[in-house]
Amino acid sequence: MANKKNKQKTPQQQQYEQLEKKFETKRPVLKNCIKAFFVGGLICTIGQVISYFYIYFFHFTEQTSGNPTSATVIFFSMLLTGFGIYDRLGQFAGAGSAVPVSGFGNSIISAAIEHRTEGFVLGVGGNIFKLAGSVILFGVFSAFVVALVKTIIMELGGL
Amino acid sequence: MLKGKQSWLFPNHPVILSTGVSGGPFEANGYLAHDFDILHDDLWMGKDSYEQAHRLLLEEAAQTALQKSEVKPEDIQFFIAGDLINQITPTSFAARDLKIPYFGLFGACSTSMEGLALASFLINYQGATKILTGASSHNAAVEKQFRYPTEYGGQKPPTAQWTVTGAGVALVAANNNQPNLPYTTSATIGKVMDMGISDPFNMGGAMAPAAADTISAHFNDLGRDASYYDLIITGDLGKIGRETAIALLTNNGWDINPDKFKDCGLLLYKENQPVQSGGSGAGCSATVLYGHLLNEMKKGKYKKILLVATGALLSPLTVQQKETIPCIAHAVSIEINGG
Repeated sequence: MANKKNKQKTPQQQQYEQLEKKFETKRPVLKNCIKAFFVGGLICTIGQVISYFYIYFFHFTEQTSGNPTSATVIFFSMLLTGFGIYDRLGQFAGAGSAVPVSGFGNSIISAAIEHRTEGFVLGVGGNIFKLAGSVILFGVFSAFVVALVKTIIMELGGL
Repeated sequence: MLKGKQSWLFPNHPVILSTGVSGGPFEANGYLAHDFDILHDDLWMGKDSYEQAHRLLLEEAAQTALQKSEVKPEDIQFFIAGDLINQITPTSFAARDLKIPYFGLFGACSTSMEGLALASFLINYQGATKILTGASSHNAAVEKQFRYPTEYGGQKPPTAQWTVTGAGVALVAANNNQPNLPYTTSATIGKVMDMGISDPFNMGGAMAPAAADTISAHFNDLGRDASYYDLIITGDLGKIGRETAIALLTNNGWDINPDKFKDCGLLLYKENQPVQSGGSGAGCSATVLYGHLLNEMKKGKYKKILLVATGALLSPLTVQQKETIPCIAHAVSIEINGG
């Protein structure tokens, strides 16, 4: 697609692209990666602490503590989103705050807040999964494909 | 009077009788806060939605312009304005309350100068004696439509720009030799340019060719060069677009002094405000021109300026369908006597 696009560009457009690139501020990729690493790591460390909390005080096991932990992290990310803090964290940390489950919570609650003015049904209900919808769709679909591949291999005699 | 290929001369010098400028909290913390007539400390502005707040900004700016020159809405023939929201509802809804015959414009962020050029033309040729023209944008309402929810924690690249919350309205009137008022002398209408940029987070880079093309056309049509003006100021090219436009104009053989080539989007905010490459939006050029720049002209700092408002004519749909961004720029020259 990108190649097809480049071929469609006139020589004039290609020449301009080269000129414009000279003035374009580059994304500070290395700096962004380091920030994402530390903020993402910090969020996961907090998640780990919450997970141990559930294991020690509520008798969850390492396998079952995942659900209440995700719910708690999402709850806090929703609070931070509502207070207008999470978007600032996102600008600083990038993928560091978007990839953990707290980023998923943020994408849902931010859409819900944004469309509150259009009513609860068509506004909040219709738009709450605007950003998270594709995460759910492709998450479920890839889990299905992986499970299918695993089942076929097992049926053929396994590894 | 048509001059050259795409420019108008206004020999009767329509005057800008008065202006009204309103802004939001981010603008109140910026460099030009004292040039706003009305500043809100909250994006909601006491309304139930951002879209209603958007409309309020325009209504307040229009009322302020009318109050300053003590003109009643009944005495104004036309209201020529626009904004960035779907079907330009904030402007049309404001026009409903103003009860002035209305032309709704869409030129994205170039709307301010599209309006001023048309208003000047109508007044110069007796199509009207008083016209209200302006443009507005509201950060949260525009972001909601064009990008992600305001509280979404996505990371904006350094090329992104910040949509201005504000409205700028001017009352343009026939020239009766009023002293010390700025007047429009010419306008150049731009053509749509597309140089193949498709990144919606790099509007400055996409719009720079349109600005350069309109400025070149203006110089060619009117037989002028950059030295004629005390200041050439673009609407919302931002850091990247401004530098690219200077390079394009220099490559075309025009001698541009970077100190006299500014950008509205770079004047509004302080360095510590997180606006990445600068301000943008339909309200950007409107608030800076009708507030800051005209104040400076009245103080005598500038005698002749050329304002080039640039607009990116994209929609969220065309971005998702991977289309490139067509852009436009309109220029209006404004002068003042004495000082």
